[in-house]
Amino acid sequence: MSDAPDTPENVAATPGMTAHHIAAAVRNGARQAVDVLDDHLARIDRLEEHVHAFNLVMVDEAREAALAIDRRVVAGEDPGPLAGVPIALKDNMCTRGVPTTCSSKVLEGWRPPYDATVVEKLRAAGAVVVGKTNLDEFAMGSSTENSAFGPTRNPHALDRVPGGSSGGSAAAVAAGFVPLAIGSDTGGSIRQPAALCGVVGAKPTYGAVSRYGLVAFASSLDQIGPFAADVADAALLMEVIAGHDPRDATSIPEPFPHLAPSLDRGVEGLRIGLVSELTEADGIEYEVSDRVREAAAALEKAGAVVEEVSVPSTMYGLSAYYLIAPAEASSNLARYDGVRFGLRVDGDTTGDMYDHTRTAGLGAEVKRRIMLGTYALSAGYYDAFYGKAQRVRTLILRDFEAAYERFDVLLSPTSPCTAFPFGAKSTDPLTMYLNDVCTVPSSLAGHPAMSVPFGVGAAGLPVGVQVLAPVLKDDLMFRVAAAIEAAAP
Amino acid sequence: MADITRDDVAHVARLARIELTDEELDTFTGQLAKVLQHARDVEALDVSDVPPTAHPYPLQNVLRPDEVQPSLPRDEVLACAPAVEDDMFRVPPALGEAP
Repeated sequence: MSDAPDTPENVAATPGMTAHHIAAAVRNGARQAVDVLDDHLARIDRLEEHVHAFNLVMVDEAREAALAIDRRVVAGEDPGPLAGVPIALKDNMCTRGVPTTCSSKVLEGWRPPYDATVVEKLRAAGAVVVGKTNLDEFAMGSSTENSAFGPTRNPHALDRVPGGSSGGSAAAVAAGFVPLAIGSDTGGSIRQPAALCGVVGAKPTYGAVSRYGLVAFASSLDQIGPFAADVADAALLMEVIAGHDPRDATSIPEPFPHLAPSLDRGVEGLRIGLVSELTEADGIEYEVSDRVREAAAALEKAGAVVEEVSVPSTMYGLSAYYLIAPAEASSNLARYDGVRFGLRVDGDTTGDMYDHTRTAGLGAEVKRRIMLGTYALSAGYYDAFYGKAQRVRTLILRDFEAAYERFDVLLSPTSPCTAFPFGAKSTDPLTMYLNDVCTVPSSLAGHPAMSVPFGVGAAGLPVGVQVLAPVLKDDLMFRVAAAIEAAAP
Repeated sequence: MADITRDDVAHVARLARIELTDEELDTFTGQLAKVLQHARDVEALDVSDVPPTAHPYPLQNVLRPDEVQPSLPRDEVLACAPAVEDDMFRVPPALGEAP
């Protein structure tokens, strides 16, 4: 792995060995998984103190897994498509016997008695899990400043946020700690940190990846997806984690499209719409929208038909999202009551124990969203808030449907701005929520969307372009993302 | 609709089993009011003829054959709990009296 100069300001990795290369070298015996692991652990050892991407680095477990991969190669077996590839997991994916905190005090010390389906699939594919990454508590936030264990820093500028909520996973890839990482995306929590950290991050079609063992935030929106340094690696990881799972009743029975064959097909003849509302909305910085327009122009030059398109109801996405997601969260997070797992703060009665446990164990943003959701669902307000938001969700689906009659995929910025300094948006919740304006519409629709780096802004910080596609057209989305990557400055 | 009040916030905090100090109550009231103000654009829409969407994927009841499947080992699940007695989760008295 090659290193950027390790100044205290910037610890971002220059492109190193991709997951594709590692897996190929390990499978044919050219490299040992344990050597690959040691290289990555050495980099973590040297730079993690500057970044704080991880809640936990699993040195012993990872070495054991890597040695097992090497033994299989020696025995003539094929360990799988991710053979020996180090990978990091967002710390809201359950790992059997290994702490899973969601960056919350209420789950500190909890060791799940089972693995998430995505973890099982990764191990079966030969990946080596090296650690659990930091996040905004219970994935609620857009900066990773809401972690109970302290923020993660952006490898490109250590005085700035990595985005969130999967900030630890995005930073781990950007810093070259791992070639691949797993995140979860409820309203942009993979795509926005990918954009801010200059890596690729994809939220697949809702239901493409099993949520079994993903700690729930908002169940009708939560989706697991990949982070990688390039589109081909993200596609490789996506193909490993996709698939129906009887343990998740919302997982899609239809087969997930094969991604790899479409990556080099180019965009000749594709119809691509640039979403006006999401490119021109208040608060979208020119340094971002300019790059998105340049990406659109590059696609046109590569043979696509590119036009602006209006998707009017996306303007209501943010408001609808910040009623629906908190409503679902208020229900999902009722389970943190001190009875069955995690923190308990005792009281004279069971009720007192609930109160004390939740008050001590949950952070301010989580409390805010639980209360917002409880309010939006409460008698007298249900129709005005939650009910309305659900109807707006239908409007967004209809508008997307109309747009996809004319276009194969859509484009927009991923985030309104590049990485911002710590504290810049954390004092006012609404200011922070506005970061999600471009990413929530696809979440509400259950559509796939991904962020791919395209150039930098004024301060030299990465900009992400978002590619949006209809349900189960993830292959088309990756194909266009690959073309954007190929044209990137 | 009127702005959310301090009393409303105290009420939802009680429903959500969260204790707030006076200072927190003031802060949260202001912050939640601001978020709900932003949601006025949705509140103001006439969408009475639009059906609600609860879920992006049109799923019918998802059933499986009624066959016994392995479940998590009881001792491993109980080992996660803060307090256990006779293979059960132990909690303080539910009704305020010692057992």
